[in-house]
Amino acid sequence: MTTYFISNVAPYGNDRVDMTLSDGVISHIAAAGTAAAPEGATVIDGSDLIALPGLVDLHTHLREPGREDAETVLSGTRAAALGGFTAVHAMANTTPVQDTAGVVEQVWRLGKEAGWVDVHPVGAVSVGLAGKQLAELGAMADSRAQVTVFSDDGKCVDDPVLMRRALEYVKAFDGVISQHAQEPRLTENAQMNEGIVSAEIGLTGWPAVAEESIIARDVLLAEHVGSRVHICHLSTAGSVEIVRWAKARGINVTAEATPHHIMLTDELARGYNPVFKVNPPLRTEADAEAVRAGLEDGTIDIVATDHAPHTVEDKDCEWNAAAFGMTGLETALPVVHKIMVETGRLTWEQVAQVLSTNPARIGRIDTGDNPQGRPLAVGEPANVVLYNPAAPVIVDPRLQGTASNNSPFAGMELPGRVEATFLRGRATVLGGVAQDGEDGRAAGAELHA
Amino acid sequence: MKHLLNTADLSLEEAILLLDTTAQMAATQSREIKKLPTLRGRTVVNLFFEDSTRTRISFETAAKRLSADVINFSAKGSSVSKGESLKDTALTLDAMGADAVIIRHQASGAPHTLAHSGWLDVPVINAGDGTHQHPTQALLDAFTLRRHLGEQLVPAGELPALNNGLGKDLTGRKIAIVGDVLHSRVARSNVFLLHTLGAQVTLVAPPTLVPVGAETWPCEISYHLDEVLRDWQPDAVIMLRIQRERMGGAGGGYFPSPLEYTRNFGLDVRRMNYLADHAIVLHPGPMNRGLEISAQAADSHRSVIVEQVSNGVAVRMAALYLLLAGESQPATSDSNVKAEL
Repeated sequence: MTTYFISNVAPYGNDRVDMTLSDGVISHIAAAGTAAAPEGATVIDGSDLIALPGLVDLHTHLREPGREDAETVLSGTRAAALGGFTAVHAMANTTPVQDTAGVVEQVWRLGKEAGWVDVHPVGAVSVGLAGKQLAELGAMADSRAQVTVFSDDGKCVDDPVLMRRALEYVKAFDGVISQHAQEPRLTENAQMNEGIVSAEIGLTGWPAVAEESIIARDVLLAEHVGSRVHICHLSTAGSVEIVRWAKARGINVTAEATPHHIMLTDELARGYNPVFKVNPPLRTEADAEAVRAGLEDGTIDIVATDHAPHTVEDKDCEWNAAAFGMTGLETALPVVHKIMVETGRLTWEQVAQVLSTNPARIGRIDTGDNPQGRPLAVGEPANVVLYNPAAPVIVDPRLQGTASNNSPFAGMELPGRVEATFLRGRATVLGGVAQDGEDGRAAGAELHA
Repeated sequence: MKHLLNTADLSLEEAILLLDTTAQMAATQSREIKKLPTLRGRTVVNLFFEDSTRTRISFETAAKRLSADVINFSAKGSSVSKGESLKDTALTLDAMGADAVIIRHQASGAPHTLAHSGWLDVPVINAGDGTHQHPTQALLDAFTLRRHLGEQLVPAGELPALNNGLGKDLTGRKIAIVGDVLHSRVARSNVFLLHTLGAQVTLVAPPTLVPVGAETWPCEISYHLDEVLRDWQPDAVIMLRIQRERMGGAGGGYFPSPLEYTRNFGLDVRRMNYLADHAIVLHPGPMNRGLEISAQAADSHRSVIVEQVSNGVAVRMAALYLLLAGESQPATSDSNVKAEL
């Protein structure tokens, strides 16, 4: 296995060091200029780079099985590696749905074979995402995929009894219910945030209260049954307030924000370009600011991409006919850099928390055979991303690894780029280029599967 | 003005030009020979994804009076529901050499998408999109209002000259718009156009039929029709159709019963008697007689509902003329029109 010697790199943006990756772990860290490259090591000049722990996405749609025309496990995980990720949680709304041990094991196996990142399938809460009957959560937890995160994402577990049962049931194996908070009756035919813009442009509104009422209910349910609940893609100011209140009360709740909800607003709907159609919808500037503030003060634990690839035909049409969702794996770190770091609201250490440590902990993948979200320290697994924070890039979806083009950041300038990603010491990305092996798999993946 | 998509995009000058051109077009329509040769050899497509006999016929009549060839493309009832069909239809029309597309679509923004997607490069006229806009309806309402409430006020029931208010806006006039604002593209179009023209607008509706966010529109909002008619004394009342077909969506049940709606928001003779002598009543049609407007009100001397229909043809002639003939200067008299046309 190749040994990498990364010279003069800034872990967490702090004092520069020389870092050695060998045999899958971080084997040596020394003050910059004080260490020599081991014999035979590949040397990477880290003078322009910062090092962060490999990123962990708690919310990715890989679309396989079922919609391989939009994304596959292979293309989606390759995109993830290009974005600096070393682990992703693959959402359950595939076809067939990831609601049995068989399907989650299939996705897990596809991820393992691809070798770009660790793929942790998310299990459906209810059979077929139908919200009627619990899926076999225990069987998925006991499967080789070792599922701990369960979600009907795309749909809300709106039945309060089903939600209660799910929260209670996963306590047996320390699972978590990741809730897509959307009261269905309040959002029938909803197309965008309900407010000034929707009133004027005539698209059916998705009111903030439809998200907030479910979050309020679910934190109280989690408190009542003593379980833990995770709130997907929190998007409104009121949601931030409710989670803040719940945490102050000691309720075991975690919350995520997406890069698009901290950067973009519903004003973008005015041009009716469906690339900006997403669920939950882009909200107002006041909401985006509240979400940023929540991320800053720790009310919101993580940034997750909700990477949702869609084919051209699902987006090249009128707004109402278009699918909800936008890609995000390859822009997440630069967006967080631009919105949270350049503004002084988060340090790089905190970025590592929200994009690596915390999501790994919520998904309970921070321990075990292949732990993720570990610190950059000697003896830890060599899951590392090298990021150049002074390399502005104009986003061009056609140049991305994802098989789909629906990036809402297309044409926008983001401040930096991922130079390299290492998964347990194996480079999946070097010089900003995916290290392709055979059949689209990551180079060297077969050696370490 | 490349397209006519949204009244909020119209400048005051453009709006007045459209209204003045409408007056000229209307003048030609009282002649024995109504047809003008202006758009001979041009092809106008009526692309209707949603039922609308009135608007489609109005556009068809307008285009034919200008000697354009008209193709009616009705996609209602076919399997067209996905967007690529809009794209493929647009590419097809472009390949066939359409010179203008008039589109009605159930999805808000579909005309905007058609105009700006690059699928085809011809003027697009929005004939009503979802709950967004219906600009030619607003223009015909504004033309009707200006004719009756322009420079000189005349008792309701008298028909002022077509050129009443020519070159002018509606500064100072008070217009009440009553009914289902939430689902109404007519209300949205009217609020922004009438504001541009200097009129004061009050929307009157039960709170359930006012969209969240409407508080930022350039108008007042009231929940009490009697107060508005009696105390505010509008110069005109535009009654909106209660769209029964839309009452099922998003929870439905916007009001307890049709009877209660009529009691609180229906225009009847008693309420009409609050109005000043010159005040007029408009309705975009088709009416639900007995629901939002009583038969007596609809047929009264204040009603200009039938006149709106004929003004609709003139407005659509003006829009087609200005978009297709590339006219940018107002023709200021009827003789001028004749000379130019």
